[in-house]
Amino acid sequence: MSDERLAEISLLRRILLRPEVGAALGAFAIYLIFALAPNSREIFPTMTGWGRVLDPTATLGIMAVAVALLMIGGEFDLSTGVMTGSTGLLFGFLTSSDCLHVAWLGLGGADGCITFGLDVWSAMLISLLFALAIGFLNGLVVVRTALPSFIVTLGTFFVLRGVNVGVTRLLTDQVRISNFDTASGFQTARLLLNNEFVVAGEQFRTSLFWMVALTLLATWVLLRTRVGGWIFAIGGDFEAARSVGVPAAQVKVGLFMTTAFAGWLVGMMTALRLRSTVASQGVGQEFIFIIAAVIGGCLLTGGDGSAIGAAIGALIFGMTRTGITFAGWETDWLFAFLGIMLLSAVFVNNFVRGQARNLRMAQTRARDIEESQQESAS
Amino acid sequence: MSEKQPLLEVRHVSKLFGSVIALSDISARVYPGEVTCILGDNGAGKSTLIKIFAGVHQPTTGEFLLEGEAVTFNSPRDALERGIATVYQDLALIPLMSVWRNFVLGSEPTKGFGPFRRIDIERATRTAKEEMAKMGIDVRDTEQPVGTMSGGERQSVAISRAIYLGAKVLILDEPTAALGVKQSGTVLRYILQARNRDLGVIFITHNPHHAYPVGDHFVVLRRGRIFGDFRKDEITQEKLVYMMAGGEDLEQLQSELETLRENV
Repeated sequence: MSDERLAEISLLRRILLRPEVGAALGAFAIYLIFALAPNSREIFPTMTGWGRVLDPTATLGIMAVAVALLMIGGEFDLSTGVMTGSTGLLFGFLTSSDCLHVAWLGLGGADGCITFGLDVWSAMLISLLFALAIGFLNGLVVVRTALPSFIVTLGTFFVLRGVNVGVTRLLTDQVRISNFDTASGFQTARLLLNNEFVVAGEQFRTSLFWMVALTLLATWVLLRTRVGGWIFAIGGDFEAARSVGVPAAQVKVGLFMTTAFAGWLVGMMTALRLRSTVASQGVGQEFIFIIAAVIGGCLLTGGDGSAIGAAIGALIFGMTRTGITFAGWETDWLFAFLGIMLLSAVFVNNFVRGQARNLRMAQTRARDIEESQQESAS
Repeated sequence: MSEKQPLLEVRHVSKLFGSVIALSDISARVYPGEVTCILGDNGAGKSTLIKIFAGVHQPTTGEFLLEGEAVTFNSPRDALERGIATVYQDLALIPLMSVWRNFVLGSEPTKGFGPFRRIDIERATRTAKEEMAKMGIDVRDTEQPVGTMSGGERQSVAISRAIYLGAKVLILDEPTAALGVKQSGTVLRYILQARNRDLGVIFITHNPHHAYPVGDHFVVLRRGRIFGDFRKDEITQEKLVYMMAGGEDLEQLQSELETLRENV
């Protein structure tokens, strides 16, 4: 066998071994379905179609990439969805010009009202610190108690979910906070995080830039930096990683803070876009983030996955959601469709990577035999 | 050779777990450029002894000297920092990660500054390849995940990594236990390579056929005590096998079993 052929095989093998292969194939299939389906084929493949597809993809992608990093590190975070709500609400309370009822605390003077009316930037900073603190606590509890993160963050999820509704109702007598679009800095922040912009006469959102940038950053970190290697290592074998000097606990806590950070960013984007935050914001989204990460090639057991894959997973969700509407199908079917996508992605990933790996095993074995023959010959 | 200073020495070391005596009055020396084999049946105290060497356990009584200086290790990290590396049976390798990433894990060479600091992949792969070549291991593809390698190849990655990380004393915990004949042979060759690079190698095994050809010095443990301590010229392979097989105990067992057979 010549060396060039060996190189060719190993290039193909290397591509097949990439975790995002399954997701890319899936995305292509979904694209074809809606580009050919009777009602959606006029609009889906156009710029209008792309604008609509990329809208939900952007925020979902930001979350999916962060969740993918955490999953590669071998953990789950179920509090990510509700975190977008908590941070959005906190941001709203701090910036809104509405009356916050605090008479039950014995505060607020004669009318029992308090209005923080902070500028957008301070409020964003405070919500960020809040999110990072929750992420830190999630991570600390997981590392210290060695409990499954599924349980720990399920707890966080329910606590935040309850607090979100409870506090909002107490402060506003409603289940939403609004009237913060007059706060100082609002327009600039909106422009920066989640504003409309027009390309070729079609609307896109600035959140898309954030998603692309964060996906590229996460990919660079994973594949090129020490911390990236450590993330794979702690997901692959926590104890082994620790025994060779990887600061395993710190990396894990950092990953929980990363998902919390993403929750904050998306919380800000949603609040700035809708000019209000509802108390139930983000609830139920956490599984969609996990699905996007898994479709993108993340192993549920940790140790492998891809940020680009997770972004493609988010794109699949965006295409499916928008495509179903364009095609005029019942949107009730979206979740069934997503479930099928999840299962097929996992099957395809397992199959393709299993094949590539078998090939590699076969080569290793063939080499062993070859060497032992050479040995006995000499 | 024995006038050389030992790299590692234990004097009259005992280890108690509660009231259980795991080791009692053990003295042993490990010299650079020698393979010290620690042999013993299951429960003989082999793993307790290496865990003392590796800093996992602290001896209850007795002295522990590193290059002639009395030391106390509080953790495996302490021992590692002083150049005592242990390659355990489970190897501490990450199966899904590539050879080179495993090789440099935790001590990756970097380039660039501040936020642009990144792994120097070219240097890392070259280091992995070169260091393994020094051990006589030819890795064609350092991108190969460790999990797809054979057991012997994985051992070789773990051993050469330990040496690369600056080990002076290399402790190998049953490295041939789960391997076939050919792969065991490969690992035994690495042990000699490490010895020839002037490391003090501690080779734990219960297989005298593996120990005798590579060992310079044999310590046989039994029930937490030293049952025999020989230099290679003081013992034959047959004698070592006989001691390991259980010696007189085995003879007694044999005659007992013979009697049982005849009575049936």
